[in-house]
Amino acid sequence: MKFDPDDEQRLLAESVERLLARDYGFDARRRILASDASWSREVWASFAELGLLGLGVDPEHGGFGGGASGTQCVMEAIGESLVLEPYLSTVGIGARLIERGAARKATWLADIIAGRLTVALATTESESGYTPTHVRTRARQTASDDIRLDGEKRVVLHAPDADLLIVSARSDGEPDARDGIGLFLVERAAPGVTVHPYRTLDGLRAADVVFSDVPVVERIGPPGAAAPLLEEALDHATALVCAEAVGALRYANAATLAYLKERRQFGVPIGSFQALQHRMVDMTVSYEQAKSMAALACSTVDRERDPRRRQRVVSAAKVRVADACRHVSQEAVQLHGGMGMTEELKISHTFRRLTRLAQQFGDADHHLARFAACDPASVEANA
Amino acid sequence: MDLDYSAEELAFRDTVRDWLRAHLPDDLRARVARYDPLSRDDLARWHGILAAKRWIAPAWPVEWGGTGWNVVQRYLFEEECGYAGAPPLSPFGLMMCGPVLLRFGSPAQKERFLPRIYDGSEFWCQGYSEPGAGSDLASLRTAAVRKGDRYVVDGQKIWTTHAHMADWIFCLVRTSRESERRQEGISFLLIDMRSPGITVRPLALMDGGREVNEVFFDGVEVPVEQRVHDEGAGWTVAKYLLGHERMNTARIGASRRELEKLKDYAARQMRNGRPLLDDTRFRDKLSRLEIEIMALSITNLRFLDALRAGRAPGADVSMLKLRGTEIQQTLTELMMEAAGPLAQALPAQARDADDVTGRLALRYCNYRKTTIYAGSNEIQRNIIAKQALEL
Repeated sequence: MKFDPDDEQRLLAESVERLLARDYGFDARRRILASDASWSREVWASFAELGLLGLGVDPEHGGFGGGASGTQCVMEAIGESLVLEPYLSTVGIGARLIERGAARKATWLADIIAGRLTVALATTESESGYTPTHVRTRARQTASDDIRLDGEKRVVLHAPDADLLIVSARSDGEPDARDGIGLFLVERAAPGVTVHPYRTLDGLRAADVVFSDVPVVERIGPPGAAAPLLEEALDHATALVCAEAVGALRYANAATLAYLKERRQFGVPIGSFQALQHRMVDMTVSYEQAKSMAALACSTVDRERDPRRRQRVVSAAKVRVADACRHVSQEAVQLHGGMGMTEELKISHTFRRLTRLAQQFGDADHHLARFAACDPASVEANA
Repeated sequence: MDLDYSAEELAFRDTVRDWLRAHLPDDLRARVARYDPLSRDDLARWHGILAAKRWIAPAWPVEWGGTGWNVVQRYLFEEECGYAGAPPLSPFGLMMCGPVLLRFGSPAQKERFLPRIYDGSEFWCQGYSEPGAGSDLASLRTAAVRKGDRYVVDGQKIWTTHAHMADWIFCLVRTSRESERRQEGISFLLIDMRSPGITVRPLALMDGGREVNEVFFDGVEVPVEQRVHDEGAGWTVAKYLLGHERMNTARIGASRRELEKLKDYAARQMRNGRPLLDDTRFRDKLSRLEIEIMALSITNLRFLDALRAGRAPGADVSMLKLRGTEIQQTLTELMMEAAGPLAQALPAQARDADDVTGRLALRYCNYRKTTIYAGSNEIQRNIIAKQALEL
C-alpha cells in the first residue's frame, strides 16, 4: 500500500503543473476559449514535447506506459486548469483503442504521440443515453468488400477539428444487442461525413456527425464483437474522467475557501460564520471521498481482468465522483454569491466543467444501476 | 501508487483472521450478531481472551504489553475484529485512561493502574460531560477542593457510559476558578467508584437499553496521588486524548459486516413478489451507502499512509468520525426499512433465535448516539474548519 505518487509520477505532475501555470493561466485560457478552434495547437505541441501524448501507450509502440494510474496526475492537472485540448479523447481513448485493435497502429500511434493527429470518439446517439452498446448506426459490407457507415452520432466531443473519428456501428442485430457492434476508424474529412459543430456547456468544441455512405479507414477490434473492447475503453476513460474531476473539485474547494477568508460582510470574513464553515467542511469531505474513489478506479482499470468486477468499481467511483461534482460545484457557486455566477471568475467555468464531467460516460443514476447489476449478491438473488 | 496491501500485511491480516475464527467464542459472536446487549461479564470475557494472547492493547508501549505493530497492522487488527463480529472493547481504560497514564502518569500511577486495565480486572468509565457542559466542555462545574492530601469532589457528571459497571472513573474537575480562561483551573482525577458519596443513576433511553448514567459526587474524598499531571493541567490531558491517534474511528470493519448482513436480509425480504434487494428505490440507497463505505475505507488507508509517513493525525480523525458515524446510522436505518411493517414488532424473545427483526427499530434509535457522542459531528466540523481549513 502506497498512496504517494512515485518519483517519476511526481516529476511528471510537476512538469505538467509548471507548463499549465505558464501557458494556461485563466487569461490565457480565456483567449484560447475565445478562438475559433477553442483549443491551442501550441499547447498541444508542448504536451507532445513533454511526452504527455504517449502516456498509457506501451513503450513497444513508442509510448511511455503508465496506465490510468500513471495518467491520473495529468488528468487532475487538466481538471484543475480546465484544459480545452482533446487530451482524453485522443490519448485516453483514441490511442488506447488503436493500440488494442488497429492494424496500422504503428503509424497512428506515432502520429498521436508526435502531436500530429487528434481523435474523437463517436458513440453517443439520440436514443442511446449512456449505454454504449445501444447502436443504430449501420456498418455495411460493399460488393468491393470495403465497409461503409450510415447513421448519426450526437455530441461528439472535439469532432470539428479531429483528424480521425472512432465510430461504433452495427453490422447485425437490434439496436440493443451486444453482438453485431464494430468499431471503425473514419477520417473526419472523408466523403459523406457531415459535421454540425457547436460548443458544449464548458466551451469544448463538439458536433453532431451524420454519416452517409462513409468509407472506413480500418476496423478496430474483432468484426461484430467489439462491445467488450468498447466497454473496457470507456471504463478506462471513466476512471480518467474521475481523476479530471478530482482536479476541478480541488480548484473549486481551494477557491471557495480563499473567498471565505477574504470576503467580508458584517465587518468580518464570511468564513467566520459557522453556517458556512460546516458547508465548506462537507465540501472537503466530498472531495476526499471522490479522490479516494478516483484512485481506486484508476488502479482497478489497470489491474482488474474480470469485466464485472472492473465495471462495479468504476461505476462506484463515477457515482461518488458525480455526487461530489454536483455537491461541490453548487456549493462553490452559492458560497461565492453572485460573483460565483460571473464569467469573470474561474469558479463559474469550473462549475460548468464539473457539471459536464458529472454526466460524461454516465451520470450517477446510470452508474448506480450498473453498480447494482454487477453485484454478485444481486446475481444470486435473481438466480 | 499502490492501493493494495503488501504480502506481509496480507499475511498479518490472515493470521489475525484465523486466530479470530478459532478464538472468538461462538456465543459471543452470535450475541453481537443478534444485537443483544452485552454485560460486563461478556465484555470481560472477550477482554480476557485478547489479554491472554497479549493483543489487548496493541498501541501501548511494548514494555507495558503493546504489540509493537505499526499503524497499518493496528488498523488491520481492529478492522478484522470488527468484521469478525467481536464484541467492541470498552475504550475507557484501554484507549483513554491507559494512554493518558502512559503519557502523564507518575511511575506509581502506572504501576497501580496499567496492569489492571490490561488484564481487564478493573473497568473504567469517563467523567467528562455535565448537565451544563456538553460540547462546551470547558464550562464544567464539578469542583474538587484541596484539603490536605485529599480533594473533596462535589458535582455531577452525565451521559457516563458504563458507570453502572465500572470500578473507576477518570474525571475532569474544576480545582480553581481564578483564571479568566475557563480551560485553566481544570484537573484530571482518577476516582474509585466505590468511594462514599458517589451515586450512580441510570438514564433511561428510548431504546430501553442501559448504557448511560448520571453520576453524583457528594463530598467524595480523593487522595491527591490520584491526580494525573499537574493541578490545573487537566485541559492539556483532555486535549491530548482528543488528538490521540485512533485507527478505528471509522469502524469500517464493523460497517462492512453490517452491510453484508443488510444485503442478505434485504434479499430475503419480499416486496410485491420480489426481493427488496431488487427494488430500485431501496437499491439506490443501499448502493450509495456501499459506495460511501468503499470510499471511506480508501480514505482511511490514505490517512494511515500519511500517518506512517510521519504526518500528525488531526482533522483526519474528525473526518473519519463524521462520515463513519453517518454510515453507521444509515445502516441501521436501512436495516429497519428492510424489515418493513415487521420492524414495529418488538418481541421480548425472538421466536427464531437468529431473527434480528425485533431489534432493528431499537438499534436505529440507539444509533442516533453515534453522531452525538465522542464530540458531536458538529464539533467535528468545527475542528476540521479550524485545524484543516484554518477558518
